[in-house]
Amino acid sequence: MITLHWLYVLAGAVFAGFALGSARDETNPKRWGNTAFWGLLAGSFWFGDFLGDIGNGMLVLVLVATAGLHLIGCGTKESTTHAERERFSARHGNKLFLPALIIPFTAFVGTLLFNYTPLKGLNLIDPKAVTLVLLGCGVIIALIESYAWLRAPALAAVDEGSRLMNGVGWAAVLPQMLASLGVIFAAAGVGTTIGAIVGAIIPSGSVFLAVLLYALGMVVFTMIMGNAFAAFPVMVAAIGVPILIHGDGGNPAVIGAVGMLSGFCGTLMTPMAANFNIVPAALLELRNQYGVIRAQVATALPLLIANILILFIAGFHL
Amino acid sequence: MIDYWPLLGIALVVVGFALRFNPLLVVAVAGIVTGLLGHMTFLKVLATLGHGFNENRYVTIIWIILPVVGLLERYGLQERARTLIGGIRGATTGRLLIVYLAIRQILSALGLTTVAGHPQTVRPLVAPMAVAAAEKQHGKLDEDTDQRVKAMSAATDNVGLFFGEDIFLAIASILLIQGSLASFGIQLTPFQLSVWAIPSAICAFLIHSTRLLLLDRSLGRRK
Repeated sequence: MITLHWLYVLAGAVFAGFALGSARDETNPKRWGNTAFWGLLAGSFWFGDFLGDIGNGMLVLVLVATAGLHLIGCGTKESTTHAERERFSARHGNKLFLPALIIPFTAFVGTLLFNYTPLKGLNLIDPKAVTLVLLGCGVIIALIESYAWLRAPALAAVDEGSRLMNGVGWAAVLPQMLASLGVIFAAAGVGTTIGAIVGAIIPSGSVFLAVLLYALGMVVFTMIMGNAFAAFPVMVAAIGVPILIHGDGGNPAVIGAVGMLSGFCGTLMTPMAANFNIVPAALLELRNQYGVIRAQVATALPLLIANILILFIAGFHL
Repeated sequence: MIDYWPLLGIALVVVGFALRFNPLLVVAVAGIVTGLLGHMTFLKVLATLGHGFNENRYVTIIWIILPVVGLLERYGLQERARTLIGGIRGATTGRLLIVYLAIRQILSALGLTTVAGHPQTVRPLVAPMAVAAAEKQHGKLDEDTDQRVKAMSAATDNVGLFFGEDIFLAIASILLIQGSLASFGIQLTPFQLSVWAIPSAICAFLIHSTRLLLLDRSLGRRK
């Protein structure tokens, strides 16, 4: 059975490739820092399960120090010039989209195959890893197809991949670091503390105020933790079940579903949700690392109001 | 008596992000401080951090896609995306992103959340197309406008994902809602929950589409 570990081996190889590509880029004055940074990640993917918790903790500290002491940078190497790219683009035409579409197509077909055909029963892939395994397959197929068709130099994928990876830089591991922070927060009892604080300021008598506090609590707590998943069980225990469902007789399906979606409005407004908000800013080379969040606030706030109204009307008056 | 000290870690994160220290450093320091204030020994904090990091490696796997994207960019993928949009009459940034929003919401509602995303589709395809459409409407973009269009492309992907995925029955958040309520003796099926994700999904589409049409108007105006 294909498990997550197969993918970790593949990911380790790709990050080793980023380390190699960074070392080859002489236009980057900090290239050895980058090599160390991606090399450490490759090590984490390959050997993480053998290092022990303390060993992994030390690895994290070195990784953080490399980024925190500004030892990683970005090169200026251009593989092909703009004019060359225009020429290639004209020559290859719309077929260039093909390899790019192989990855989503593999995910699409694979998801259907493994959920709705007898393949499901064969246990070829660990159910917890299906989407990521399909992503990995898509990447491998797309790489083979591109090489066969474009006849690129052997190390082109390594160099081009590291060019993009170094553009993203430390932001690439921020989501994983935030997930680890969530583990520490949980171990230190942050969630229970916040639940107790919210529980202590519940307004009595007004259903609307209780709904408002529930939704705003979801938003604020989601913004702090970076995802609504951490906030939801706490807010449901503090307000959702005791006040809204048992106290005021609200519809539990609405309280649950729309409460979570109110939290998603918070996800749109916080740098803690790094993979959605900080990473794309780096990936699109935005000057302001909060540029994506700024673009989202004007959608998130009206949508939050809409969610509060849905909670109030559908939850209590339908 | 509630122990409020671990909350200091949250304050550290907020201050650190606001002062724009390196976020990796901020998160590591906040984690260690929170752990120590929560009465853990330093070694215990280090082990928790290392364990959490190792268990969450799957979050970082997505980057294995970059060699493919980079290779195709070397052979003119972004230029091709621009040419394609340039050839479609009536294509505007707003209309393009509205179509993308709808596709992203529908695919997510079908459980196909990883089919699109920032590395998979936004960087190689959607953002260059949105910029190309803006250049058709507006002429050459100044840097602020260019950045605004790119940021809006990423924002559209997020809105489409967040407010589509909960319509799918077997998504993690629906299962979490079901589990959390079940622990209080409230039994609901995923279907009962996902139905109530639909009104918010419609609101999200209407609100964000309106903003995209407004973006079109402001792009047209400054020609």
